[in-house]
Amino acid sequence: MDKLSEWVTFPDLLIWLPLVAGLVSFTLRKEKQVKIWSLAISIIILVVSLTSLFYTNDHALNSAPWKWITSLGAGYTIGLDGLGRILTLLTAVAFPLIFGSTYRNTYKDSNVFHGLMLLTQAGLMGVFCTMDVLAFYFFWELALIPVYFLCSRWGGEKRIAATFKFFIYTFTGSLLMLVGIIYLYLQTGPVYDKVGTLMSQHSFSISSFYALHLTGHQQNWLFWLFFIAFAIKMPVFPFHTWQPDTYEQAPAAATMVLSGVMVKMGVFAVLRWLIPVFPLATIRFEYIVIGLSVFGMLYASLIAMRQDDLKRLVAYSSIAHIGLMCAAIFSISQVGMKGVMIQMFSHGINIIGMWIVVDQIEKQTGVRKISQLGGIAHRAPVLTLLLVVIALANIALPLTNAFTGEFMMFSGLFKFNIWFTAAAGLSIIFAAVYTLNMIQKVFYGETNLLTAGFREIGWQGMTVLSLIVTIIFVMGVFPQPVFDLTRDTVTAILTRFK
Amino acid sequence: MNAILLTAIWGVVLMLAGAFIRNKRTPVYMAIAGLTGILVANCIELKTGEAFFIMDVKDMLHTNSFNLTFLTVVLGCTLIFFLLSGRDFEKVGVNVSEYFALVFFVLCGISIAATFNTLLMLFIGIEIISIPLYILTGSDKRNLKSNEAALKYFLMGVFSTGIMLMGIAFIYGGNDSGSFYINHINAGAGKLLPMIAIGMVLLMIAMSFKVSAAPFHFWTPDVYDGAPTVFTSFMATIVKVGAFFAFIRLFENSFGKVQDQWQKLIVIITASTLLIGNLTAVFQQSVKRMLAYSSIAQAGFMLFALFAMNEKAKEGIILYSAAYSLATIGLFAILVKMKDYTIEGFNGLAKQQPLLALTATIFLLSLTGIPLTAGFLAKFYMLMAAVQNGHHTWLVILAVLCAAISAYYYFRIIQAMYFKEAVNKENDNWPISASFKAMLVVTAAIIILLGIFPDILLDWIYYYI
Repeated sequence: MDKLSEWVTFPDLLIWLPLVAGLVSFTLRKEKQVKIWSLAISIIILVVSLTSLFYTNDHALNSAPWKWITSLGAGYTIGLDGLGRILTLLTAVAFPLIFGSTYRNTYKDSNVFHGLMLLTQAGLMGVFCTMDVLAFYFFWELALIPVYFLCSRWGGEKRIAATFKFFIYTFTGSLLMLVGIIYLYLQTGPVYDKVGTLMSQHSFSISSFYALHLTGHQQNWLFWLFFIAFAIKMPVFPFHTWQPDTYEQAPAAATMVLSGVMVKMGVFAVLRWLIPVFPLATIRFEYIVIGLSVFGMLYASLIAMRQDDLKRLVAYSSIAHIGLMCAAIFSISQVGMKGVMIQMFSHGINIIGMWIVVDQIEKQTGVRKISQLGGIAHRAPVLTLLLVVIALANIALPLTNAFTGEFMMFSGLFKFNIWFTAAAGLSIIFAAVYTLNMIQKVFYGETNLLTAGFREIGWQGMTVLSLIVTIIFVMGVFPQPVFDLTRDTVTAILTRFK
Repeated sequence: MNAILLTAIWGVVLMLAGAFIRNKRTPVYMAIAGLTGILVANCIELKTGEAFFIMDVKDMLHTNSFNLTFLTVVLGCTLIFFLLSGRDFEKVGVNVSEYFALVFFVLCGISIAATFNTLLMLFIGIEIISIPLYILTGSDKRNLKSNEAALKYFLMGVFSTGIMLMGIAFIYGGNDSGSFYINHINAGAGKLLPMIAIGMVLLMIAMSFKVSAAPFHFWTPDVYDGAPTVFTSFMATIVKVGAFFAFIRLFENSFGKVQDQWQKLIVIITASTLLIGNLTAVFQQSVKRMLAYSSIAQAGFMLFALFAMNEKAKEGIILYSAAYSLATIGLFAILVKMKDYTIEGFNGLAKQQPLLALTATIFLLSLTGIPLTAGFLAKFYMLMAAVQNGHHTWLVILAVLCAAISAYYYFRIIQAMYFKEAVNKENDNWPISASFKAMLVVTAAIIILLGIFPDILLDWIYYYI
């Protein structure tokens, strides 16, 4: 292994495997071939990701920096720290689940569809692994382009407009961040090679960005350039308006990627690129950010209570969950930060489970209106049972994976300000209201014409849902491994504030 | 120096050949062969630093690795233009050989305008660029729009030339040394004398006309729309970046030290060019007209080189010239083959011509400035240069917001190609040759290559000074 790690490291594999596999899948012709190929590749990536968890030596996890654009001081430098490992693991887990659960969905040009999915995975892995700002920006955008095509090509009726709104939002945010990146880059010190000759005036490496000494004034305005980009991606109120439309219109598999993994890009970027670089501005604006997040939680929960559309309900509930993560990050406490780490993973898994069930209902009945459904439990008891577990996890009941995370995030927030905590706590009650209400109306009660012919989900879907439920319980009972995994990142972030 | 002489000679050869050659294909091959030779000759000059012919030009022309790199980009892009669209010259009219001769003369003008060291040479260079273009614009003789465009272009062009001459006269008169050399003007300019200031502003206006920067852009959409599409492609890309290079060279060498006194003017021009170009492009229904406005919008980004005027700006203008020219040439080459120039004409192209749609998407992504394409790094260098300059940071924010607007109109074409159904089936059986497709792929590959490794081009700037 030591010999091998000189050539290829785990993050290398995580980025290049899906990229190459995605390109290969464009050339495949038969639909079945494509599906097996992408499922197999995603499982191999999962194995790679799981194996990486057992390695702690530096060589296997961090690649030697490779000069990319020498005159700019940009490098292809990738590595995995705790934060990167938990999120690459989430990405690696999510894709087999998605491919498995949508195995029965048929797509026009399925080779292109699966190719784009794998390219998205490569982009996501790149975002989570890279230790170079320019490369980060590249991957950040590259994860977006395939998703744009996925949603506009295979989505619902209003897909083109909805996806375009999403694209313009995130693209504008990225460009603002680009200005911030350029400004910071020009503040960094020069790069020399081993002999001491000047390679470039400035550097894009993460260490040089962390080493910057910015004045409070600089931090104040740079903070917002970055924050808006990340807030759009997460999304945090008031930058969330693209999200319900896009989730509603995107094809099921893409929605799962978007809500399960892609929104974590925003949370991740706040943890990696925003807070450590601008500690002063973080402290200064924490009230505003937490205020926005908490307000967004309440706002989204209230809207979710009034939603009749299943997809939009899940979308709004997701805004509320992300809002809590954002608030917990900005409370800058160890317990809150730990909670965010575990919750990023749990939320990703749980929401994919929710989407699988919603997708199943829509495929079989053709509607998503809660008021038109009912009595599915009579027809599909196993599906209902699994959904109830996932839904309970979504509202963070003890013994489920989300409980630990939400509890810790609330403790972090509690230390920060009791009133914000109380307000955020309200949204948890609202979450219970709309989730249980949805379960009651959709799954219990009398069957009607639409749901009379409802059948159990196929074995692929059943396997995936069972796996998700297993993860929910295992992580709900043993959250400790996740804390061990991410301890280094939490400590590193908090030391920036001492 | 090689490029100036050889383009002129080859232009004359092609013009005379027109009298003897009846075959329509021969001029295309002659032009491609000649241009390849000139490109090689230029690269040799860049590599060795010496021209084939040693001439005493009294330092009126000055070559260094920077402007030779630029000429390489220009000649390379023209070569790709010939390879992609050379055969479409036949559609315009019968005098194919003469059209090529005129293009070579324009290249000669660009070579002079990129290496000038006196205002006289600048004037000659700009005129050699302009006059063949008036003819090319009107070359579709039976078409009323083409005629109108040519006349409009001619009148506007002559007007701006007059302004330029006026400016040169003022500078000559107000200059103690009594010379046209740009570095002499520079030496005399600690604090701008009124005469020199007037001359400078007049020159700025004239050059803004040539690069179609707002508020001197009004001729652009009509002329680009009226001219035969193959020549629009040439005018909007290679000619425009050539004029830009002259603009930057003039202001950097003559007025670089007093930049703080005229930077505000450039800020106004840049901001209005960005806003007008992008906002107007949003409302266009014809792709050709949209590309005309997009060329104004892209000029706004190129003006950042003039605004910033530092090392990064130098690298930026080289990269921008290549990225913008390649992507636009590629798009126009596809557009020439289309029957319907409206955005609806692109509907369903992905199904009918997957390769064309794919390459067009790469060109459009590059124009938008999405990473992995040269267009992103080009914009990145320009923004970096502007931030490094340190003044007027709001202009950078305005520029990125305009780039976001540009995504709106570029992506409309992508949406049409991929997500909409074709209205008519006539695109199904196009006579598209394999070599054309191969060239499109090569162009797209160059764009992506430059988007990942810009150093393969930019290192040449510092090859020797």
